[in-house]
Amino acid sequence: MTQNSHNSVFVRKVDAETLPPPQNEMGIRGWLWRNLLYSVTDYSSVSAALRSLAMIFFTVLVSYVGLTQLWLLLDFVFFSAVWSDPTGIKREACWTLSQGGTLPDDWHAACWPFIFAKLKFLAYGPYPMDELWRVNVTGLLGLAGLCWVLIEALPYRRLVGVLMLTAYPVIALILLTGGASEANYFNATAYIFVGLALITVGRLGQRDLLGIVASDFASIIGFVGWSLIVFQVLMLIFSVDVGLKPVGTGDWGGLMITLVVAVTGIVVSLPLGVILALGRRSNMPVARLLCTIFIEFWRGVPLISVLFMASVMIPLFLPEGVNFDKLMRALIGVMLFSAAYMAEVVRGGLQAIDKGQYEAAEAMGLTYWQSMRQIILPQALTHVIPGIVNTFIGLFKDTTLVSIIGLFDLLGAGKSAIADASWSSPVQAISIYLFVGFIFFIFCFGMSRYSIFMENKLSKSRSH
Amino acid sequence: MKNITIAIVAIVAAAVGYFGGTSMNKEAPAPAATETETAAVEATLNAVKAKGFVQCGVSQGLPGFSNADDAGNWTGIDVDVCRGVAAAVFGDASKVKYTPLSSKQRFTALASGEIDMLSRNTTWTMTRDTQLGLNFAGVNYYDGQGFLVPTKLGVKSALEMDGANVCSQTGTTTELNVTDFFRENGMKFNLVAFEEADAVVAAYDSGRCDVYTTDRSGLAAQRTKLANPDAHMVLPEIISKEPLGPVVRQGDDQWFNIVRWTLNAMINAEEMGVTSANAKSMANDNNPAIKRLLGTEGTFGAELGLSNDWALNIISQVGNYGESYEAHVGPNTPLKLDRGVNALWSQGGILYAAPVR
Repeated sequence: MTQNSHNSVFVRKVDAETLPPPQNEMGIRGWLWRNLLYSVTDYSSVSAALRSLAMIFFTVLVSYVGLTQLWLLLDFVFFSAVWSDPTGIKREACWTLSQGGTLPDDWHAACWPFIFAKLKFLAYGPYPMDELWRVNVTGLLGLAGLCWVLIEALPYRRLVGVLMLTAYPVIALILLTGGASEANYFNATAYIFVGLALITVGRLGQRDLLGIVASDFASIIGFVGWSLIVFQVLMLIFSVDVGLKPVGTGDWGGLMITLVVAVTGIVVSLPLGVILALGRRSNMPVARLLCTIFIEFWRGVPLISVLFMASVMIPLFLPEGVNFDKLMRALIGVMLFSAAYMAEVVRGGLQAIDKGQYEAAEAMGLTYWQSMRQIILPQALTHVIPGIVNTFIGLFKDTTLVSIIGLFDLLGAGKSAIADASWSSPVQAISIYLFVGFIFFIFCFGMSRYSIFMENKLSKSRSH
Repeated sequence: MKNITIAIVAIVAAAVGYFGGTSMNKEAPAPAATETETAAVEATLNAVKAKGFVQCGVSQGLPGFSNADDAGNWTGIDVDVCRGVAAAVFGDASKVKYTPLSSKQRFTALASGEIDMLSRNTTWTMTRDTQLGLNFAGVNYYDGQGFLVPTKLGVKSALEMDGANVCSQTGTTTELNVTDFFRENGMKFNLVAFEEADAVVAAYDSGRCDVYTTDRSGLAAQRTKLANPDAHMVLPEIISKEPLGPVVRQGDDQWFNIVRWTLNAMINAEEMGVTSANAKSMANDNNPAIKRLLGTEGTFGAELGLSNDWALNIISQVGNYGESYEAHVGPNTPLKLDRGVNALWSQGGILYAAPVR
């Protein structure tokens, strides 16, 4: 039967030649048709004609408003703007005739020589002029490392990543502050021995030599021991006098502070957030309770009040003379705050993972940490990349709040620059805000684009 | 993952300890609390000498008073008081570190010992002097709240402003003063307040309000941001007294004296005609008052706990009060402020410093 039908039915052996798409679907014509004309050329009925006319009206209106605004912006920023102040007359370079300057009375555009004059202040704040190379080296090193880690074609990315997270902060801190802090060698040695003792206890506990209770806490005790030793060794490293002039954090400012706060917050908040999220979904009641309290507390208070507490209240509680660095206080506040937000984002990812994945991991005999590392977290984090980057971008922009506690971040430095009467003009404030806004846009847009790239790469399997 | 986490935790902990530790070490011999006044006696000078610089609280940017210039260096008449104190203590006016403070933070920063002195356009009021554990060491600028109006309104006096829309900045005493003034004179007004000074200027310039009120030094500074500064005038009325001056913690009389006499030395120097240019040669002048001021006669510096050439250092490095005024707020600066009441008592003003003798 089947053989017969084979013989009687025509079976095509060669593919038909592929026809080109219709002319009006291709090229500029196609583009115009799809995006512009498609919705405005249907007059077949009264309602369709009305719709088409309404579309024409709104298209023209929106284009007109959009193009006018764009023109005004370009004119303000580029065409009419004052670009140079060759004679060094400062504010008078941006004054109109009625103010005593030379520009026409209806002139209203950006005053860029003001920004150029303040560029050093906006980038570094009051950091000493002769020591700027230290900031530059730190920044370039960070940029190089970051690029290395982000560009996939390069070798040793894992090694560079680990170095960026361990050696780089140490180098950066020494370069920026000058190192040579005072260290107590006796205490440091004592602490290192305590650390070694704790590690030994931890090891013994892991081999079940200390009874059930101790073996439960063994890894924690070992961890504390390791942290103690690493901490003391770092303190000793920081105390080495490398011959750099000390520059206190009071002399930091501008984009430099913005980046220090944002990068620290971003780097710390992700791992801390993951730990908090795991803790909140843990079966251990104490860990769950602590993590929940932590997250809810930090999510419940506004960042501005956290910073305010850190800068105004903490000095009142501390004994007189004990003075916690202002930048450090703000950094800790920002870290804890963003970690709490990150924890909830990560928790969203964890909850999106099917229960079967958890069970499968257990069935394979993986330990909790193994299953988290190998099975759950890679999937969960991929799910929530947009949320994570959202938090990063939010954090980056929130760094401007440190200016209310007297740290001159990029925006704070800008505001301080506005107060300089030798440049005062009606466009002084707008020029600075435009520039600062542009810098923030570059960073935030960059993060956003990279996140989209990561999403596309990691979720190829799910893309539609 | 775990190793990286450990490393991160350790780095954070190290950073905490590093920053906390260094500042703790550096400021170990710091002044004691204001409540324990007996312990605070004469501690600040020693602490300042030990750390090698004066930590001075300044504003976050007020033209002419304390403001960062293009290179990020602090300048202004408030800054000059800080520099004067550094010159008196160390013989080097550059040994100052500045802490920019908001108006909310300034007293906490001083009380907690974060700064050694506050020189941040702070009005001397009874409440602040008596209730905050602070002492005002003098007045370096007599300010007062004034009004700026467009000339086209034809207003010649603040008393003609019934029903006006008044622009001002929030969170300052200017709101309180203007409310008092209008109530006292039985006039109605509508307060339009903004957080940022620039927003106030923009609102005033766009005609959102009829009058802009703030301290007269501030009016002078903000006026240059108007589209047409000549179309506006400052009204003659001054509705409040704002004596601005440096502040120190209560209970350390020696430090209080040093700050007070730094200011007095600058004012006296102007009165005697001692300037930064001629201070060194004037030290051997015939006038005994000048000799006492510049330390060639008497032991006035030693009585303060300083070297005898304390005032010579202040004046040769920072200048006298008049020089400081002319350099930062005077008619040749962007602020263009006349001396007015801030002239010497001998020249029609109210600036009067106790003599050095």
